[in-house]
Amino acid sequence: MNPRYRPLAATTLIFIIAYALCIFQYPGMWSTRVFGNFLTDNAFLGIAAVGATFVILSGGIDLSVGAIIGLTGVVTAILISWLGLHPLLVFAIVLVLAASFGAGMGAVIHFLQVPPFIVTLAGMFLARGLASVLTQDSIPIDHEFYRTISTLYFKLPGGGRLSFIGMLMLATFVICGLIAHKTRFGSYVYAIGGNATSASLMGVPTGRVTVGIYALSSFLGGLAGIVYSLYTSAGYPLAAVGIELDSIAAVVIGGTLLTGGYGFIFGTLIGVMLQGLVQTYIVFDGTLSSWWTKIAIGFLLFMFILLQKLVFSAHSGRSRLKKGPA
Amino acid sequence: MKRLQFSRIISPQLLALAGVLLFNWIVFPGFFDVTWKDGRLFGSMIDVINRGAPVAILAIGMTAIIATKGVDLSVGAVMAVAGAVAATFAVAGQPLIVILAAALACGIVCGLWNGALVAYLGIQPFVATLVLMVAGRGVAQLITEGSIVTFSDPALIFVGTGSVLGLPMPAVIAIVLMIIAHIVMRRTAIGLFIEAIGTNLSAANYTGLRSQMLILSIYAFGGFCAAIAGIIAAADIRGADANNAGLWLELDAILAVVIGGTSLLGGRFSIPMSVLGAVIIQAMNTGVLVSGFPPEFNLIVKAGMIIIILVLQSARIAQALGRKFGPRQTSEQTR
Repeated sequence: MNPRYRPLAATTLIFIIAYALCIFQYPGMWSTRVFGNFLTDNAFLGIAAVGATFVILSGGIDLSVGAIIGLTGVVTAILISWLGLHPLLVFAIVLVLAASFGAGMGAVIHFLQVPPFIVTLAGMFLARGLASVLTQDSIPIDHEFYRTISTLYFKLPGGGRLSFIGMLMLATFVICGLIAHKTRFGSYVYAIGGNATSASLMGVPTGRVTVGIYALSSFLGGLAGIVYSLYTSAGYPLAAVGIELDSIAAVVIGGTLLTGGYGFIFGTLIGVMLQGLVQTYIVFDGTLSSWWTKIAIGFLLFMFILLQKLVFSAHSGRSRLKKGPA
Repeated sequence: MKRLQFSRIISPQLLALAGVLLFNWIVFPGFFDVTWKDGRLFGSMIDVINRGAPVAILAIGMTAIIATKGVDLSVGAVMAVAGAVAATFAVAGQPLIVILAAALACGIVCGLWNGALVAYLGIQPFVATLVLMVAGRGVAQLITEGSIVTFSDPALIFVGTGSVLGLPMPAVIAIVLMIIAHIVMRRTAIGLFIEAIGTNLSAANYTGLRSQMLILSIYAFGGFCAAIAGIIAAADIRGADANNAGLWLELDAILAVVIGGTSLLGGRFSIPMSVLGAVIIQAMNTGVLVSGFPPEFNLIVKAGMIIIILVLQSARIAQALGRKFGPRQTSEQTR
């Protein structure tokens, strides 16, 4: 096997073993019903995490995703419920808005040369603040189109439902996986993450690509916001608080290197599923309190970071790690 | 030397603070009124200092960490853990000294954990502290068993709401801590070591600095500061709320440090300026409140503030204006 795929294989294996152990303890978890809910409940997290994967592959970070989910949810709800626009038109508007928001952040990061961490922090404050100024309350969305979408699902054998938003998440993973691994833009992202200076010396248009990466991340954040509004049938300014950290955790657990330049979109899917598994396990157990979720995810994050360290110091020498704290 | 100090006194931060205070005074003429009542001072200014104290204390620890090119995202969660420990010990009827020692020790342990991950395992600070940020609140809830633990120990409550010489206790703690930290940083070689690590870690190693040990202790200091802030936050509301104590305060603390002019790329820092940054943030918060805007505007104001600072600090803009200051470019371009 190509050593490139080893960390990915390790993550996948750990997920399968963990799932098997869960099934061993609670045979009820071996059903398409549980699996379908997995996809539905984590759809918005998964879509946001795909965006985070691109950003982290390029060696950056995006803290604004959660706030963008909240803001797009609120804008969607306002445009549909208060102005009476058709949802499809609204979706197009908010996706364009979200993408330009991200493009703006990318432009600041590239042209002012400020750490992405602080720029996206400002973006997070701005988006959260705008959403809270627009409304303080949850705005319900009651539209024919939303009801139609919530009835769209495939029946899986065994009574499970593959819902529309679950399918949307899987489609996002497939499309973005192709973008990352098969297009020129994708290889530029990897090149910048590997070493920004040599990438630009090789002729990678770093400015355009950086803007593109953050635009894509915010676009996917907007899509996640729409999915969240479909999931809850409402727009709420404080929706998805802390999702940015969950999505970063999913990316790390999925085996993407936080220094950039190495990782797979598919790994992120496993990362999201593993987080979903922890939650489902805690629901099945019933006696464990929900705060164990946080501890378990923190522990998983720690284990996978350690694993990354071991794998990379074992087969790519120590030169990679000498970068020091970035 | 004298001229240098003079130019330091009229820094952009002080001008910004003066601007914010002036704005507050215009929209709310009674802003500077301070009255003496029941043996303590009252007034909006005192309130700014009092409410700004937890962020100022966090910013003191954060400044040292950011100066080593690191960051600590877990301070909010550590506040929650320390608050939970303090509240649990107070409910158990322990004396104040035991309560404080336990909570502070807890903060230091959290800081050591972060420091060990960063210094000895070589994990990026951002990620290393993310682990505790995610798990810390879970641990805090584990300690309080998911409920909000309330207490009525007068000694502990004094830490959050008491007053010394008319000044609120949190402000006194923050000022004392700032003075001690500043003296330790500037009157010993530690400050220099921190700047060396932040500027170039390998060069610092080659000069024989025990940088791993130093980074470990700096993160422990960050945890210690977070624990103090956590105790104050818990004592202020007479209870430990594992979910909301210190929520988002890590971001406020980082913002305070950045406003204070400490470079996020490491190597240049000033603790008093960070404390000033915390006071500016709180003055803005109070300004938004007294001027009658809804409090949600706070976030937008903060975002605007960050953007302005970024533009001012940016190397590109500094170049365009032909100025010599701003973050060092070489360290940025080779990043």
